[in-house]
Amino acid sequence: MKLVLNGSPRELEVHPLKRLLDVLREDCGLPGTKEGCGEGECGACTVLVDGEPVVSCLVPCAQVEGCEVVTIEGLAGDHPLQRAIMREVGSQCGICTPGVILAAYPLVESPRRPTLQRVREALAGNLCRCTGYEAIHRAVLGAHAERHGTA
Amino acid sequence: MASVGTSVERKEGMDRATGAARYADDLRFPGMLVGRTIRSTIPRGRVTGVRLDFDPAGFTVVDHRDIPGENCIALIERDQPCLVESVIRHAAEPILLLAHEDRDRLCAATVHVEYEREEPVFDPARSEREFKHITIVKGDLDRGFARAEVVVEGTYSTGAQEHVYIEPNVVIAVPEPGGMAIHGSLQCPYYVLKALKVLLGSEANGVRVIQTETGGGFGGKEEYPSMIAAHACLLARKSGRPVKILYDRNEDMVATTKRHPAIVRHRTGLTREGKLTAMELDVLIDGGAYCTLSPVVLSRGVIHAAGPYSCANTRIEGRAVMTNTPPNGAFRGFGAPQTQFAMEVHMDRIAEHMGLDPFTLRLRNALKPGDTTATGQKLGSDVSAVAVLREAARRTGFRRKRAKLAGTHRGIGLALFYHGAGFTGGGEVMLASRAGLETTPDGVRILVANTEIGQGTRTMLAQIVADALGVPYEQVQLAQPDTSVVPDSGPTVASRTCMVVGGLLERCAQSMRARLGDASPAEHHARHGRLEVVEQYAPPPGRKWSDETYRGDAYATFAWGCDVAEVELDPVTLEARVHKLTAVQEFGRPIHPALARGQIEGGTAQGLGWALLEHVVMRDGVMANAQLTNYVIPTTLDTPPMDVVMLENPFAGGPFGAKGLGELPIDGPAPAVVNAIRHAGLDVRAIPATPEALALAPRLAPSADGAAS
Repeated sequence: MKLVLNGSPRELEVHPLKRLLDVLREDCGLPGTKEGCGEGECGACTVLVDGEPVVSCLVPCAQVEGCEVVTIEGLAGDHPLQRAIMREVGSQCGICTPGVILAAYPLVESPRRPTLQRVREALAGNLCRCTGYEAIHRAVLGAHAERHGTA
Repeated sequence: MASVGTSVERKEGMDRATGAARYADDLRFPGMLVGRTIRSTIPRGRVTGVRLDFDPAGFTVVDHRDIPGENCIALIERDQPCLVESVIRHAAEPILLLAHEDRDRLCAATVHVEYEREEPVFDPARSEREFKHITIVKGDLDRGFARAEVVVEGTYSTGAQEHVYIEPNVVIAVPEPGGMAIHGSLQCPYYVLKALKVLLGSEANGVRVIQTETGGGFGGKEEYPSMIAAHACLLARKSGRPVKILYDRNEDMVATTKRHPAIVRHRTGLTREGKLTAMELDVLIDGGAYCTLSPVVLSRGVIHAAGPYSCANTRIEGRAVMTNTPPNGAFRGFGAPQTQFAMEVHMDRIAEHMGLDPFTLRLRNALKPGDTTATGQKLGSDVSAVAVLREAARRTGFRRKRAKLAGTHRGIGLALFYHGAGFTGGGEVMLASRAGLETTPDGVRILVANTEIGQGTRTMLAQIVADALGVPYEQVQLAQPDTSVVPDSGPTVASRTCMVVGGLLERCAQSMRARLGDASPAEHHARHGRLEVVEQYAPPPGRKWSDETYRGDAYATFAWGCDVAEVELDPVTLEARVHKLTAVQEFGRPIHPALARGQIEGGTAQGLGWALLEHVVMRDGVMANAQLTNYVIPTTLDTPPMDVVMLENPFAGGPFGAKGLGELPIDGPAPAVVNAIRHAGLDVRAIPATPEALALAPRLAPSADGAAS
């Protein structure tokens, strides 16, 4: 199968029903995508498929044939959201963090400033047991302001 | 420049935000096998036969006969087998271990186990066996009740709670020349090492335990990783290859520990003015099938059971008993959230009974400097019960809102609570923790076994050392917890890392500073080679405790909190929605304010989940809802805005004035919420207060407490 992974075209020989999560971790050497529950409830395995957050544990890889897939390794490492989430302690143990960042990424990139309620809704599928979410909300809103120069 | 008291950049850097952080499941070792645990499917009985229904070629199979030492997971007692020999005391008890290099073939292998079933006991009140019984006596209970003009009784109960660290348990055992390396997601490397020494006997020399990045713990990775490490170790020993055991979410929820369910009975006497004269308490916690940590969970529970109140005549009976469920264990708060839930809901019922408002009743009885706790611990200036209570009531306009909302579907409730920092009683003396500090070519390196599991251990300890040594924060590094490298500085539990281990490191830094003279650590290292300083725990002078009488100084100090919950009840669905939570907490002084705030917000959210959502459903001794689909924890949409206030009252016995913080925030939310629900008209005495439970709760007449006046 063919896809564009983190900006580069890739061709993979994998079973079409293999979970995208396992393809990324095992066949592509990208362990930044995490498994928390394997049933689409926790959001730790969130990646972007054609710009939309999806839980990769529920996606058979055949479904992303020809798609653009972005994992946490595909971000530059100094995106305002990545910096804000560490600064605000929106990441404690860090296991949910890659998924949280990718779920919030479209919101931060969109020029329109999200309301707090919109942030809550966008992240409602990403469980975090450490932070109580307040710091994640602060990080997303802060990152949006920084990204669009409205800080 | 001082780093303590500022939110410096965390030692983890950016790795957790870039995907570069490597958790145990991300590690690869050549030739690694995957391990699997075959577990009992009955809650009580005997194994009468085990049959492998698969072709064993390529499999490693381990049972109890493969254990070179003692077949147990050594903790307080040695009652819990590593692998069942014949007797089964709970469902999901490990019987047999399999390993194979192919995960699919491993999962497809079937094992047939035959049993002789016996009648299980699930009701702790009908338990046949006590793990621990504690009695705390202060003053004369009969005299206290004789003086009482009002007596209020009540029974309160709390449910089990699953930790739901987002990273399930995982341990990898890797044979290496001369021994075995255990890499795992765990809180207490030395607990694992001690358990393996008993399991492996003389073979244990050469075993080392290394903590990898850990995706949450909350007590859930305090004792259970010893079991998984033991299993991985046995499979690795037999196969001669690295073996990884990774639990999926279902196995993690079915097999590992939970918060102890508890039933607490109160009988309380007061004067007509609302001063406590007598408190009689009975605490029962369900330990599950093996002892694990139940005696010490009970100990912390009963010591906190009378709440942050002064009463001259108190008697507390506590029992931890055996039932045929998987063992319950450590969970943030460790018995104190259960007993303080009961105390705080009882206080609101007392206030209601007396026509007082909840604030005033608490103010009249809150502990002050010079008062003594139930164990007779005389408190000093480190008491802030009144300060947190007043500040929480002031910020929220508590009494005004209480009057305004009476008779509506909305309610406001508060809870006053405290939490002892460090091990209970003589625990720290028994641990005799050692912490080390060594010079390096670039500065210094901290040598401790305490683990960073999200709470900020590395950052906060480095801040303490930097300031005590007088070097920039950037020059302080930390060794990865590896028992072959770091001394045993005790477990990462009990709100002890900052105060106790941080205190040892402060002494290390002071002692090193004296020996460095005018040189920086790096200069001294270049001139004289490595300098290492080790300090061992010594109890503060004058601190006394007796395990026999349960009298004395139970903790070095307490942290204090007052939470106010504002709740709206949906009259149709009976969902209780918390729309604001105010948390006022005093824990000495925050070392890193942003991390400290994270502990309060996170612990508060866990407490709210325990109060309203998290329901462990047991059927025939097995968790029936062992999935995140139907064991529901708070999401972004369930968690209210929080107003967090950190009051400072520097504690002379802690580094830079710090006490312990990790557990305090989970003591308050549940009673605050239930008291708010009570104010909104429903008589709730048990949690979780799910809509189903609220539908059955008796309705109360609109409260006419003194707040209206």
